[in-house]
Amino acid sequence: MGGVYWEHFPHQADMGVRGVGPTLAAAFEQAALAMTAVVTDPASVAPVMAVGVDCEAPDDELLLVDWLNALILEMAARHMLFSRFEASLHGHRLHATAWGEAVDVEKHQPAVEIKGATYTELKVEKDETGRWLAQCVVDV
Amino acid sequence: MNLDQLKQVSDFEWHIAPSGKMRVPAVIYADRALITEMDDKVHEQITNVATLPGIVQAAYAMPDAHWGYGFPIGGVAAFDAEESGVVSAGGVGFDISCGVRTLYTGLTAAEIAPLKQRLADRLFTHIPAGVGSTGQLRLDAGEMDAMLRGGARWAVEQGYGNKTDLDRIEEHGCMAGAEPGQVSEQAKRRQRDEIGTLGSGNHYLELQEIVEIYDSKAAERFRLREGEVVVSIHCGSRGLGHQIGTEFLKRMVIAAPGYGIDLPDRELACAPIHSPVGQAYLGAMRAAVNCALANRQVITHLTRKVFADLVPGTHLTLIYDVSHNTCKEEWHTVGGQTRRLYVHRKGATRAFGPGHPSLPGELRDIGQPVLIGGSMGTASYILVGTEEGGTRAFSSACHGAGRAMSRRQATRQWHGRALVDELASQGILIRSPSLRGVAEEAPGAYKDVSAVVDAADHAGLARKVAKLKPLVCIKG
Repeated sequence: MGGVYWEHFPHQADMGVRGVGPTLAAAFEQAALAMTAVVTDPASVAPVMAVGVDCEAPDDELLLVDWLNALILEMAARHMLFSRFEASLHGHRLHATAWGEAVDVEKHQPAVEIKGATYTELKVEKDETGRWLAQCVVDV
Repeated sequence: MNLDQLKQVSDFEWHIAPSGKMRVPAVIYADRALITEMDDKVHEQITNVATLPGIVQAAYAMPDAHWGYGFPIGGVAAFDAEESGVVSAGGVGFDISCGVRTLYTGLTAAEIAPLKQRLADRLFTHIPAGVGSTGQLRLDAGEMDAMLRGGARWAVEQGYGNKTDLDRIEEHGCMAGAEPGQVSEQAKRRQRDEIGTLGSGNHYLELQEIVEIYDSKAAERFRLREGEVVVSIHCGSRGLGHQIGTEFLKRMVIAAPGYGIDLPDRELACAPIHSPVGQAYLGAMRAAVNCALANRQVITHLTRKVFADLVPGTHLTLIYDVSHNTCKEEWHTVGGQTRRLYVHRKGATRAFGPGHPSLPGELRDIGQPVLIGGSMGTASYILVGTEEGGTRAFSSACHGAGRAMSRRQATRQWHGRALVDELASQGILIRSPSLRGVAEEAPGAYKDVSAVVDAADHAGLARKVAKLKPLVCIKG
């Protein structure tokens, strides 16, 4: 798996997204990729259009949910999908750029629309090897 | 679920006595098989709901209950504002006022049969469904606020449907107390072009054949005849509702400690009804209810146009429209006293019995139609509210089958194309922009809706009236 990856974990009605990376920002970026993968294969989304995202929350866990929700808002309002993310964190403030393209039903075969990121199974933590994990369930 | 933790009161009712921080008992309506299969999380979540301030009588779980967010899906709880009661964004859910409406066509399945393919194709073309789809309407700021205030009434004024539709919608098509000013710009931005769209996931538009009648008197009043076809629409408040749910969940999580509320689970985020956050949420949530009612009304109009083109002379009339993710102010009798309560139904359908003043005149003596959605390959049901239900879970019943397995498990087990072909061989036409979406929504991934409905009937929550079988399913 290496040190930077994303994966899904099951939830009875919805889907869990998990990002892992050497830094908190990398884990957040991977979690965002996992979220795109709930909708479509991220490899099918060309990173041709950039959108800026800024958010702030009282702690890292709430910040993860805010970050994913900010992306969900951009996906919904712009009818876009994202496949590349660059995030930087300053305390509990996040500044990021997401790259993607407009939804193309033929090309992306989007499976489902995401309604929101939730506090269910929400976890942001660093393990003993210094690797960060960021996860929660998204409502679809 | 481990049955040792429950006290069985009847074949269909199970109690959890208050312990720890629980203020009231929890009650689960289900038969032994359903409750045995029910996730342990339902026990944990319904017990957590019972700890919330101002909760009245008990926290209830319906026969289709499953693991949700804070509240179980299939959860019902009522709060008294005068006893520091709360309103909970988690108790309503992300898809505010998601619901089902069913339309009478007056056509038999035999009359529909030669047109089925064309109807399926035409409905799929004309009713926007799935990720990235947009409706024909573009609302500017003024129109958006008018829609959020007026609901289905606004849609009818814009030419989408008839005034007679309104009586057949909860709240007569317009939820009072909506405050568009409490709805964020982000939520409005998300909704700008989404009016008149189905969405995705478990949302659908179906043509269904009435295959069995259980209660001929109620069926006659609802105009349900065996062999005839109805149209059912399942969707909600789209992006606007999702955004309101998301934003208020966070606001309530942050505000809760200040109100002295100790949340056992962040998803149970709530605020006192008599608080600025509580009032702001109620105003925004009611606006989202109107958004959902307007949305289903516009989709109804599009459906009518397709039918008018292909089957000239048909008149699709609304049988009823129910919402199953709501918090509503209602009067209920508790311990002999009539009290004004804020009833949360998360994945539960209101089921008012005969005589309820909110029912339209022509249905008042029979009770409210309770519309239960199935999955693509299985049955849907229409029930009717009963007087007895008023003494159960504040006149509430189940809302659907409820998932039995995760989306990932479903995609491992089924393939979209094979599933579409298999259902077609059973006479069920599926139209969807996403084959993976179809696999994730495989009928086998859901609980047995018939068992859920039987349990609701036997528990006295609502009475079975008719069974519907899908003929065509437009899936988002």
